[in-house]
Amino acid sequence: MSAPVSHFAPVARFLHWLMAVMVIAMLFIGAGMAASVSERHEWLLNLHKPLGIAILLLVVVRLFVRFSTRQPGLPADLPAVQVLAARMSHLLLYGLMFCLPIVGWAMISAAGDPVMLSSSLQLPGIVPASPGTFAFLRKAHTYLAYLLFFTVLLHLAAALFHGWIRRDGVLQSMVRGKD
Amino acid sequence: MVDQLPPVRPAKPPLSPTSVMLRLAGIGVVVVVMAGAFYYVNGTLDSQRLRPKTLVNALEHNNGVYPGYRRNHAKGICVVGYFQSNGNAQGLSRAQVFEDGRTPVVGRFALPSGNPYAPDSSVPIRSLALRFTEANGQQWRTGMNSMPVFAVGTPEAFYQMLQAGAPDPATGKPRPGAMPGFFAAHPESAPFLQWVKTAKPSASFATESYNGINAFYLVNAAGQRQAVRWGVVPEGQDAPGATAPDDADYLEQDLTRRLAAGPLKWQLNLTLAEAGDPVNDASKAWPAGRKVINAGTLVLQQAEQQNSGECRDINYDPLILPRGIEPSDDPLLAARSAAYASSYLRRTSEVDQLSQEKRP
Repeated sequence: MSAPVSHFAPVARFLHWLMAVMVIAMLFIGAGMAASVSERHEWLLNLHKPLGIAILLLVVVRLFVRFSTRQPGLPADLPAVQVLAARMSHLLLYGLMFCLPIVGWAMISAAGDPVMLSSSLQLPGIVPASPGTFAFLRKAHTYLAYLLFFTVLLHLAAALFHGWIRRDGVLQSMVRGKD
Repeated sequence: MVDQLPPVRPAKPPLSPTSVMLRLAGIGVVVVVMAGAFYYVNGTLDSQRLRPKTLVNALEHNNGVYPGYRRNHAKGICVVGYFQSNGNAQGLSRAQVFEDGRTPVVGRFALPSGNPYAPDSSVPIRSLALRFTEANGQQWRTGMNSMPVFAVGTPEAFYQMLQAGAPDPATGKPRPGAMPGFFAAHPESAPFLQWVKTAKPSASFATESYNGINAFYLVNAAGQRQAVRWGVVPEGQDAPGATAPDDADYLEQDLTRRLAAGPLKWQLNLTLAEAGDPVNDASKAWPAGRKVINAGTLVLQQAEQQNSGECRDINYDPLILPRGIEPSDDPLLAARSAAYASSYLRRTSEVDQLSQEKRP
């Protein structure tokens, strides 16, 4: 058995920070477009759809990277409740990054709208048109997005707690490293 | 894999209690700033911003809430048919709908009010929304009205107009003087008011012309853009009736009767803007004499009840456009798109409450 690693693999770190920017941008784009009647609404919507599909593709790549590279462990002295919180929040982050684009895609399908990523790039519908299904998915999209935003905030606060207060190398493991 | 112990790190000197507090406060600041930015962007901390729900709430406030119905243009009837393109607009737009041939259409005639039981004679305006489904799966949706221009040019002015039309709690009717006051403060509404002066509630949907009002760009295969306004003009149908019958629901009966005798046809016209014509202001007409392209014939064959017909679940969002048609920078377009989405979510959530009967 090889020695434990202290940092995430470079490809994992790259995907983490790239997707961090994309997901946070996506959350702000979504919140802004849903609250705007100006041209911004349309402009943001046209950004939101292709960016969402890009995140969906990247999260699949990222899961593959996660299971094919070695992860640094959590510090041995970390209280069990924090270990559990770390595990659950990571599971939630992956789950939401994967589900939100699919729910968005499905809700456009359920509205009977063409799923257009640009003026000519069209994706197939993934659920049949149905008003009840649309209403459910559209609300789910909002609630799940808020859940993702608060999970990201928690993740950020926890990372800073590790980096600034515990100073236990957890934040460093995603920031830099030679391996 | 995840549980391996990390390598031994050099021990760091412990933080003083003050330092811990400062660092915790730092984390708190980061979280609060990010959450604050988010709640500003979503409008919660920006109460002045006109949001889609503000517009739809105002419509509900003025008209009442009728679960399952559109929050505006609530009274209507579904129609199905097709568009027969003559190919004349192919040089202007690469959209498949303008190639020679047929494109299926699901449409909806309606009255402009949020009350699905409004008498047909209550307003002179009639509307026609259309969804063209191209063979390539792309769609063109448009909502047109019988007036040639809109009363206002911006969503903010539209909201103020809705506020002027809000019922006074004491009387249940708009405050006297509120609407005239609004129009006096909005001289851009003059062309619309001029039209209203002479417009009479028509006795038939079939005898009306319907205008897209907002401008769009047609884009051809070479990438050339031409600003246009579109509309449909009735073909070979009798002249508009001067007076409407007294019955509250004559439009639907008239439409059904006419369709039983044969399809109804409209010519689809594209009016081409010239340099200097306002493409971002739906309250301004374009000068007479602009070149008009006849792009083909809209043929409506059959009517369906709006509570069960195919148009029920269609959001006639004017920004659902196929390749070859692009929005102009008319600010009403994004506002319509955003507000329709809010109305659509409300009514699709209530679709089970929608009566299959004509009246509750």
